[in-house]
Amino acid sequence: MAARAQQIGPSGFAGFGVALLLAALSLGTLAVVGLNAEGLFSLGPADWAALRFTVSQAVVSAILSVGLAIPLARALARRRFVGRRLLVLLLGAPFILPVVVAILGLLAVYGRSGILSDVLVGIGYRPLEIYGFDGVVLAHVFFNLPLVTRLLLQGWQAVPAEQFRLAAQLGIDGHNFTRHLEWPILRAVLPGAFVTVFLLCVTSFAVALTLGGGPRATTLELAIYQAFRFDFDLGRAALLAVMQFALCAVAAVLAWKTGRTSEFSPGIERLAERWDGRSWFASIGDGIMIVMVALFLLVPTVMVIVNGLHGLATLPASIIPAAMRSILVALGSALLTLWLAVMLALAIARQEPQNPRVSGLLEGVGYLSIAASPMVIGTGLFLLLFPHIDPARLALPITALVNAAMSLPFALRALLPAVRQARQDYGALADSLGMTGLSGFRLAIWPRIRPAAGFATGLAAALSMGDLGVIALFADADGPTLPLLMYRLMGAYQMQAAAGAGLLLLVLSLGLFWVFDREGRHDAGA
Amino acid sequence: MFRNALLGAALIFFPGGAAGAEDLPVLNVYTYDSFVSEWGPGPRVEQAFEAQCKCDLQFTALGDGAALLARIQLEGERTKADVVLGLDTNLTARAAETGLFASHDRVVAGLDLPIEWTDTRFLPFDWGYFAFVYDRTKLSDVPRSFTELAAMPEDFKIIIEDPRSSTPGLGLLMWVKAAYGDRAPEIWAGLAPHILTVTKGWSEAYGLFLKGEADMVLSYTTSPAYHIIAEQDDSKAAAIFDEGHYLQIEVAGRLVTSKQPKLAAEFLDFMLSDAFQSIIPTGNWMYPVLTPKSGLPEGFENPVPAEKALLMSPKQAVDMRKDALDEWLHALSK
Repeated sequence: MAARAQQIGPSGFAGFGVALLLAALSLGTLAVVGLNAEGLFSLGPADWAALRFTVSQAVVSAILSVGLAIPLARALARRRFVGRRLLVLLLGAPFILPVVVAILGLLAVYGRSGILSDVLVGIGYRPLEIYGFDGVVLAHVFFNLPLVTRLLLQGWQAVPAEQFRLAAQLGIDGHNFTRHLEWPILRAVLPGAFVTVFLLCVTSFAVALTLGGGPRATTLELAIYQAFRFDFDLGRAALLAVMQFALCAVAAVLAWKTGRTSEFSPGIERLAERWDGRSWFASIGDGIMIVMVALFLLVPTVMVIVNGLHGLATLPASIIPAAMRSILVALGSALLTLWLAVMLALAIARQEPQNPRVSGLLEGVGYLSIAASPMVIGTGLFLLLFPHIDPARLALPITALVNAAMSLPFALRALLPAVRQARQDYGALADSLGMTGLSGFRLAIWPRIRPAAGFATGLAAALSMGDLGVIALFADADGPTLPLLMYRLMGAYQMQAAAGAGLLLLVLSLGLFWVFDREGRHDAGA
Repeated sequence: MFRNALLGAALIFFPGGAAGAEDLPVLNVYTYDSFVSEWGPGPRVEQAFEAQCKCDLQFTALGDGAALLARIQLEGERTKADVVLGLDTNLTARAAETGLFASHDRVVAGLDLPIEWTDTRFLPFDWGYFAFVYDRTKLSDVPRSFTELAAMPEDFKIIIEDPRSSTPGLGLLMWVKAAYGDRAPEIWAGLAPHILTVTKGWSEAYGLFLKGEADMVLSYTTSPAYHIIAEQDDSKAAAIFDEGHYLQIEVAGRLVTSKQPKLAAEFLDFMLSDAFQSIIPTGNWMYPVLTPKSGLPEGFENPVPAEKALLMSPKQAVDMRKDALDEWLHALSK
């Protein structure tokens, strides 16, 4: 039986191949940078200060993001209202916006001359002053709360509808409901989500710097950037990148140790009607939660839209080819992400019963890229490729590849629970029916993971769309992507047009996400 | 469907061969991002030079000046760059150390620069003064020196760029050092409470300033000219400081490894011609090194007398920057 269970899905080697590729992209490029270093290097007190700030802001940001996401996701999971889908879609906007656009949107509300400050000044108080530790945390919660919420919603949607019905019939409510139905999913999703946010905040740079208010808010990523740009000290850059990896590895191992897979038996698939939380008290609580968080997240997004509308008319003609380039990169990157994530998730789920260590290692490799510095990956790839080929000619494919690697942790996070569940539920059945290889995957696994796959692909497309990433290192003058064009507009004083480009970017990113996510949810039989 | 999409993507990703322009010799010029944007001088420079050189001028755009230098250091002798355009005098000493830049072999005279030009490798193509820009409709009590700035009320805020990641940021570091020398830490300590935030680059800082986040932003004396000429808005002004203003002189150099040394030299000559220089004011929003025949546009009146121009020599700038950065970090980390 155990041997048969290995056979389901496409060849098991693919998963290991994917893991190797990812390891090469993140650790391999780091090694290349390190090997190109000259002389000895060491870390100074400023580097340790950067490490301390990096860890503390990331921990607080992750705790707050996860802490707020639980009630929000629960409220969204058990309430049905007009515009719920649109709300959930728009809530995701901050996460995929280019950093500078999101910062401007955020400050339009929480800045010194933002809406909130205007109100405060109007009633005789001082304007808000968010720059500092608070500002960094605020921004990171703004970016990551929607992500955790989506991951939780994804998890709860995987609970079979029958479970909720059964719980309602048995009169399980309140504390017991939480313990038996919600907790297993939280237990499965939260550690991973926490670490994901933690890692994102660890590798943050421009956000931390701008809202942190100065060099107090130096993260390791900024120190890496400095080592490249200010000192051109590849050795120091590599050493700092190793520190960043080590930090992330510790966090990932902790999460892996605390995480548990959920143990629900399969039900017939349909939208769960939630029977819990029907009391007045719960309804009002959920309503307040949704409105508060929606205001927190949506008002800055609306400001981005409003600012951008003025700029749309001033957009140059070159915006169209730039947008086309970005869409192509996003599509290529998203499909690549999906393929990589499915292969890896299958390999992880397959290894889990017999070789938990191997499976844990594979999963760890899947999250490696989140700890990698884009600067190090880009430079490493550049050093590898430059002697053989003109890097500018490979700008778009490389951007798509690196973006895929960067999106993979999120895709894997979203897919893995579904793949595990599908294998657990249907793997034995498929095996006994002799459904192996691709057909086994298509019939037994794919329909179960399709919603998660749609979500993951959409997320990858949106992330790739908004990412400036390695394109800046490889691009030639004639082929900017949309984010790069937006930065060039800003650099040429064209702030208004840049806001327009930001809006276009937002619409395209959310549009791509919406298309894939919808494709995943609809006609699950196809 | 996926397969077709992949195929389509592959065709656009890997276009069939480089579209060679009828075997014209190619001159590769590495420059910074904003130079090549369609509002920057790049396109007009390309057109004007190609009209005279019978060659194909190709720009490669890389972040800013510091990114340019890092790229040349990464590429070393195998670089395909013939000319690098967009370093400044804070970077030229390190650039010269690479041994990759050839001497320009020219007698440089008659430039409209506040200083004498003596560099034998790099040639200047434009310059400007760093300055704090403010909105005169919102600010009436404008500080006239760093010490006055430090003495402003506590809620008077400025935005600066990080010297570790941006050229203007490094320029400010040098400005304070050039004006105050060993007293720099004291000045920074005085400025620290007024620094609202430090951004990665000029774009973020200027964007925040235009949104009204701070009273002043570190930019250039020529920034208000952009608003006057392009937006018919004369509300922006540069605060002129008694200590003087630090200069940014942007330069270009020819590489020893270039396979087109003649073309590269021709480009450097072109750079100091009226055709190139007349594009600079409203293309790069900096002062040209040779006043165009048509004169300077409105808003380009030089507000800083030449004797108030501050500049460290390239060597001083390199020797100084580590200590200056440490002082800055120390003062602002409290």
